[in-house]
Amino acid sequence: MKNKKTAKKVILKSEKEWPLMPMSLGSMLYNKTGAWRNIRPILDLKDCIQCGICWKFCPDVAIYIEDEWPVIDYDYCKGCGLCAEECPKDCITMVEEEK
Amino acid sequence: MSEGLHHHGGGGKMKKVIMGNHALSYGGMLGRAQVIAAYPITPQTQVVELLSEMCADKVLDAKFIKVESEHSAMAACIGASLAGARTYTATSAQGLTLMHELLHWASGGRLPVVMGNINRAMAPGWSIWSDQNDSLSQRDTGWIQFYCASNQEVLDTVIQAFKVSEKLLIPSMVILDAFTLSHTYEVVDIPEQDKVDEYLPPFNPPIRLTTDEPRAFGGITFPEHYYELRYKLQKDMEKVPALIEETGKEYEKMFGRYLGDVDAHRCDDADLILITSGTMGYTARVGVDELRKEGIKAGNLRIKVFRPFPFETVLKIVKGAQKVAVVDRNISYGHHGIFYQEVKSALYGESDGLPLFGFIAGLGGRDITPSDFKDIAHYVLGKDKPEERIVWIGVKK
Amino acid sequence: MKKEKEKKMKISLPEVELMHPGHMACQGCGATLAMRFALKALGPKTALCIPACCWSVIDGPFPHTSLDVPIFHCAFETAASSASGLKAGLEMVGDTETTVVAWAGDGGTFDIGIQALSGTAERNDDVLYICYDNEAYMNTGIQRSSATPYGAWTTTTPVKHFKERPKKDMVAIMAAHHIPYVATASIGYPEDLVKKVKKAKDIRGTKFLHIYAPCPTGWKCRPEDTIKLSRMVVQNAVFPLYEIEDSDKYTLNIKVSAKKPIDEYLQIQGRFSHLTAEEIAYMQKEVDKKWEKLLSLIN
Repeated sequence: MKNKKTAKKVILKSEKEWPLMPMSLGSMLYNKTGAWRNIRPILDLKDCIQCGICWKFCPDVAIYIEDEWPVIDYDYCKGCGLCAEECPKDCITMVEEEK
Repeated sequence: MSEGLHHHGGGGKMKKVIMGNHALSYGGMLGRAQVIAAYPITPQTQVVELLSEMCADKVLDAKFIKVESEHSAMAACIGASLAGARTYTATSAQGLTLMHELLHWASGGRLPVVMGNINRAMAPGWSIWSDQNDSLSQRDTGWIQFYCASNQEVLDTVIQAFKVSEKLLIPSMVILDAFTLSHTYEVVDIPEQDKVDEYLPPFNPPIRLTTDEPRAFGGITFPEHYYELRYKLQKDMEKVPALIEETGKEYEKMFGRYLGDVDAHRCDDADLILITSGTMGYTARVGVDELRKEGIKAGNLRIKVFRPFPFETVLKIVKGAQKVAVVDRNISYGHHGIFYQEVKSALYGESDGLPLFGFIAGLGGRDITPSDFKDIAHYVLGKDKPEERIVWIGVKK
Repeated sequence: MKKEKEKKMKISLPEVELMHPGHMACQGCGATLAMRFALKALGPKTALCIPACCWSVIDGPFPHTSLDVPIFHCAFETAASSASGLKAGLEMVGDTETTVVAWAGDGGTFDIGIQALSGTAERNDDVLYICYDNEAYMNTGIQRSSATPYGAWTTTTPVKHFKERPKKDMVAIMAAHHIPYVATASIGYPEDLVKKVKKAKDIRGTKFLHIYAPCPTGWKCRPEDTIKLSRMVVQNAVFPLYEIEDSDKYTLNIKVSAKKPIDEYLQIQGRFSHLTAEEIAYMQKEVDKKWEKLLSLIN
């Protein structure tokens, strides 16, 4: 997977920089969809059985696995609540996003 | 039909008596088309039938996708071209117009699809006879358009079209009249395959769809980006005339025939120039020769490349004349014949005093004869300037 | 707060991610999960033909993309025909490895794209056609398609004139084309989905996969219910999971011994909230009928 930290928005200035036909030149990783959230998931690993369900069902690939444990990437999480709903051990709670 | 397949490419010059449609097939074969996706429509069927046989006989190494409509034909050609394959197809009238959405796609996608189109009148009522409205109503889609008047021209143009299209990444259509060319048998000099290979190297686009470099092609493009893409297409279209000349000279060197963007017959000292296109351009020659015998200094300018429009060539040739008459086998309803409109726009500001007469003839395949051209010439000579916007030839009143 | 344990995370799907975050999908979008799972099965040697549909937007606008596989954004009706052409082109330039996948919504499959799909299938072109079904033209604002089920509200089937025609049986239509593989899948059963995509990928010829993919925006349900719906729809046999191989071998993949009534399924979707008890009873009967018919075909 592309490096999330270095992904930059592609800015085109002169027509000479345009490709001939519309084709992608960069990745949507620059787009931090975390800004869409109204509610955010809080993960408490106390009861986590490492079943992988939260990782599996995230439509935004915003839960990744680090050292065998799930981690939520708040840069991209849109707050859909699927992880909280599907977790068999209720490890995830949705709380109001503080802005 | 199959007897023609015993002699293909390689070794020894070959002249064959073939129909216009088969000239299109030979063009695709010699051009080494790699993917052909086509749907039958009268009067194009022989093009694809011969191409199917050539593929089956392994004379042409190509995948022939027997699609279920012309819309799918163009879609498949676009997909194949995006993968980097040389693509070819042929159609006519209803089929061409069914592809309309995708014609824009091919040009905007900068995909050098080459297509033969048999000019056939648009329904309703059903007509299988010659008329240019089908191809001319696609004139805004960003395709290069060639209008041919002989089977030799068809074959030569297809080969050159591949070269021009692939260099500038703009699709081309090679157009011929229904029956008067598609089904007319003429002697054609079929170039040798290895010489064509020398002239036309394999298609090698700078960008193609590949998993080696995954990209998304053709996604949503906001106003901040769309404009420059289209600017670039027009800029490249403007390079086409010079490239046609260059590749034309190269072709002439190798095969002895120069195509060019127009075919001017006795225009140098002409007082009256008839502007035509397609097979009626050859009929006009006969008319011109007969007028000359009458002492009328007539000339015929047959336009071969319609898009991009050859402004400079046309101007150069008509400037010396005293009157110009454009004969259109088409009409843009609510306006005028389309070649007339384009010639007029070329003359504006350059030759404003030059009287320009516009005639409509031959819609739906009604025959245009040398005598019609003589009548046109006499009519024009009898007037200082046009009195009617459009003059209709041969309408039964 | 991490716990120190030697236990490993249970991963029931391939770990590889070919879709990255930052894409434009709505919260809880079923279509994105369908893509994520499919790509895990397909791997990087994949090219997608995506006609006009939600995924035309989800991937992100020029000049960016969200996927690590090449995409050809094609005209609406042309998912299958573009894929046929792309496959032929790739093979002619020497690439026989890349799997060409037509990835279309229900509109581009059941309606405007059906001709091209039928053509591709009749020719048995080597294309994997995946339809992710959110049961309406969602990308253009929730208008009905022939995949919209009986009883659903959409913007073109308002409550007073809700959709009365049944959902088109696309699987039966595809099976009638005598293609090697036709199957249904649901994002609620990702392991089954991945298995089917992998299986289809290795078959030469036209393969058709119909994936159930809820749309919270269009179905007026909670985004967090997407997976729950995708399980219920199998458990109540509204969308059974089965395969048809070589047009006559029917296999039921998720056995449903006692299918659940459809009431709870309908209740959590706002698009069905207007239905009367009578209409729901009618729908239940139709589901029962279809289920019996399918069971009779299972080998």
